[in-house]
Amino acid sequence: MGAGKIKNFLRKYMMLIATVIVVIAFYFITGGQSLNPDSIDRLISQNAYVFVLGTGMLLCILTGGNIDLSVGSVVCLAGSVGAIIMQTRLFGALIPWPVAIIVMLIMGLLVGLWHGYWIAYVKVPPFIATLVGMLAFRGLANIFLKGKDVIVENKDFMNVFGGSDTCYVPDFLKNVGPALEIGGVNLNKTCIVFTILLALGIMIYTFVNRARLIKNGYKVDYLAVVILKTILIVAVILWFGYKLASYRGIPTAFIWIALILAVFAYITTKTTLGRNLYAVGGNEKATRLSGIDTRKVMFSAYTLMGVLAGFASILVIARGQKAGPTVGVGFEMDAIAACFIGGASAYGGTGSIGGVIIGATLMGVINQGMNMAKTPANYQKVVKGVVLILAVLFDVLMQLKRKGAKKKKVKKNAIDVVTTEEGGAKS
Amino acid sequence: MAKVLLEMKSITKTFPGVKALDNVNLKVEEGEIHALVGENGAGKSTLMNVLSGIYPFGTYEGDIVYDGEVCRFHKIKDSEKKGIVIIHQELALVPYLTIGENMFLGNEQGSKWCIDWNKTYAEADKYLEMVGLTDSSKTLIKDIGTGKQQLVEIAKALAKHAKLLILDEPTSSLNETDSRALLDLMKKLQKEQGMTMIIISHKLNEVSYVADKITVVRDGSTIETLDSKTDDISETRIIKGMVGREITDRFPKRHDVQIGDVMMEVNNWTVYHPEFSERKVVDDVSINVRAGEVVGIYGLMGAGRTELAMSIFGRSYGIGISGELKLGGRRVTLKSPKMAIKAGLAYVTEDRKGNGLVLSNSILRNTTLANLEGVSTGGIFLDHDKETEVAQEYVEKLRTKTPSVEQLVGNLSGGNQQKVLLAKWMFANPDVLILDEPTRGIDVGAKYEIYCIINDLAKAGKSVIMISSELPEVIGMSDRIYIMNQAKIVGEMEASEATQENIMACIVGVRGESENAESVNADSVGSEA
Repeated sequence: MGAGKIKNFLRKYMMLIATVIVVIAFYFITGGQSLNPDSIDRLISQNAYVFVLGTGMLLCILTGGNIDLSVGSVVCLAGSVGAIIMQTRLFGALIPWPVAIIVMLIMGLLVGLWHGYWIAYVKVPPFIATLVGMLAFRGLANIFLKGKDVIVENKDFMNVFGGSDTCYVPDFLKNVGPALEIGGVNLNKTCIVFTILLALGIMIYTFVNRARLIKNGYKVDYLAVVILKTILIVAVILWFGYKLASYRGIPTAFIWIALILAVFAYITTKTTLGRNLYAVGGNEKATRLSGIDTRKVMFSAYTLMGVLAGFASILVIARGQKAGPTVGVGFEMDAIAACFIGGASAYGGTGSIGGVIIGATLMGVINQGMNMAKTPANYQKVVKGVVLILAVLFDVLMQLKRKGAKKKKVKKNAIDVVTTEEGGAKS
Repeated sequence: MAKVLLEMKSITKTFPGVKALDNVNLKVEEGEIHALVGENGAGKSTLMNVLSGIYPFGTYEGDIVYDGEVCRFHKIKDSEKKGIVIIHQELALVPYLTIGENMFLGNEQGSKWCIDWNKTYAEADKYLEMVGLTDSSKTLIKDIGTGKQQLVEIAKALAKHAKLLILDEPTSSLNETDSRALLDLMKKLQKEQGMTMIIISHKLNEVSYVADKITVVRDGSTIETLDSKTDDISETRIIKGMVGREITDRFPKRHDVQIGDVMMEVNNWTVYHPEFSERKVVDDVSINVRAGEVVGIYGLMGAGRTELAMSIFGRSYGIGISGELKLGGRRVTLKSPKMAIKAGLAYVTEDRKGNGLVLSNSILRNTTLANLEGVSTGGIFLDHDKETEVAQEYVEKLRTKTPSVEQLVGNLSGGNQQKVLLAKWMFANPDVLILDEPTRGIDVGAKYEIYCIINDLAKAGKSVIMISSELPEVIGMSDRIYIMNQAKIVGEMEASEATQENIMACIVGVRGESENAESVNADSVGSEA
């Protein structure tokens, strides 16, 4: 029984544990550099797109292991259009940046609708439909860009979506009370307050919810386990907040990622659409016979993926301060890898936003750590490939083991039969 | 007495929780056609899978003696090497390859590194001639009908130098003429090649026509072997062997049955096969069910029962569906499962793993899947507490054995999975429930519990249609019984008048009737001309 519990625990938290190990490993390899406040800050800003695209990709993968190959090209296309609009003068003035944002989101939406229509209603295999998108949208972007980079200069836009030195949440509380200093570093007070509030909120929610569940007579985890878990989570949050506060505060990109992840965590776990995504991926026929329009579910998944790709393009051009022909190359693979590392099944039906967060973080940590350790770029790719196969292998082996346990029993019986037979023949 | 080619001695095969074969003995002489008959799930196919090595040596107990030696087959190739070839009910042909390519798939002619296509097609033509097929061996499989495809399968088996040919339900997807042609071919092969054959069939008239010996299998055991020379092998005699068990009180009784108005009525319902669009899978069927009534539909596999049920349930099967569907006296058109559920229908599938449950999801998620509106606000925002409550309620009500409602359905036993499936449809709150083989593959205890649930549903005023191929179950549970065979309803009787014999008689009788009907049609056509 104990062994079974440990196995379950490992299954559930394997990748989380792996991430922690990798973080610690790189801490020593880089001589502590990888956990410097500015490194952590960069980790978020540089990988923002992986979180956003990974979220969309998860929706597609949930419906049955379907992937969207086009997202990198969509980011490039929507980004180009957005950048061009921001640089265009109309009646002597630059077009205001919110217009560009809306256009970029709409571009993403249109792409999503386009894919959704072909995949859900015409039944074009997703791999092909999105491969078409991957080629066509990049081509289209290049046509718009005329093969050249377009620089984004709008400061407001970059401040809101994160790009330059000023793209942090301003320290509203800077002049309230005395300055906060630890080890000679001036801390961002807004960030500290926000972190403490978040930690308190989580603690209160956990225990209020537990009390409510007990009151309604539901089964709950042991109090000790809950307390331990909460302490761990709160500790991580506080540490993270402290690191950010000792650099420049909360990066704006972080707010956007958190918002997207929160919304989609809600959608996947608490709404009928989310439930339907899992059901379609688990057994499409049974879902259809349960009165659910499975085509609509597929359509929704790809539409949302499109919108998220549009949103990712905003973050990407803000961060890069430009749109260009090669922006977004290989993004689809980062997103797919994040999902699978995070435990999504390649056959659909299982996976979670939490997994995407872990997957994207692990990939980000490895990327950054290797950069700091000055690993050559080509070796980095090999390492990332190996990480992906290890992550998936672990899951596959765990499942094989469960089936294998049954088979072994049968084989053992078989051996018994053989031995008795032979014994009989001898006598 | 001819030489015994095959002897299977006290074969026992156990699946987790079920003894599929219990001490089975089978003796087949060289050059004879031996038929295996029995109800669904009696163990015929399992026995043949043991023989052909699909269940490898070691997973069963007992001995297979073939051609004088004890054989241990670990895979199909092993048994094929010895000349034992099995032709499965579902044809294993690749539609977009030619007849010749299919025949030598895995047995390619020529050298190891280069396929000799001339030889392939020449050989193929030789065997095709043997089975009386005149099509070129370069024709694609998809371009010939199922009858001819079945012949190709036999030719393929001959090309493997088969000495013992096993045909599993070879005529189940064929029409009368093709079936007869196939049976005649079997007789011809027996006479000219001295081929030994084992045929598994539900169609008893065919069995009596073609077989030299008939072995009856029931509940995983061989009951008797009849010899066409010495014994009576009429259909009634075979049936007696097939269903010869007694009906004891395996079925809970219902008290003060109150039957109300007609809830659902289906008139002149006709459905065509989705792929072979000229084949009728449901032919002019009219049935009805009343409130508080349990109506049984009995028929053998392939009779069109599931097709009927699924086509009613929001046209989820078949094409060219015609006929009238009335619910509560009002005529309705149900174009999707969604509409059917809204109209108060529920279809509990026979294929719970394929069509019924999402195995990778929890009991909770499966229970609420067909009625997410019932546990959400505005059909969008799920109320997890309410879901838990509902799932818990049904787990208790149906006595599903599970540690918690968060348990994945894939980890449950068959009986408990069936309960989750029932819970899902009960929560959808239908007026009419169509239960398709509700007790397939579950143990006796769980069966009894399912029967109690069915009775409770009827008591609550629901209309229940129970499709089953187990005669005792149909007779024990139903108020009224329809008998279905070859896409038609061939009989209707009150449960009080039903016996195993007269139900089987309805099925046997259809052959004569349909021939009469055809001759009548021919007459009328003639008079018009």
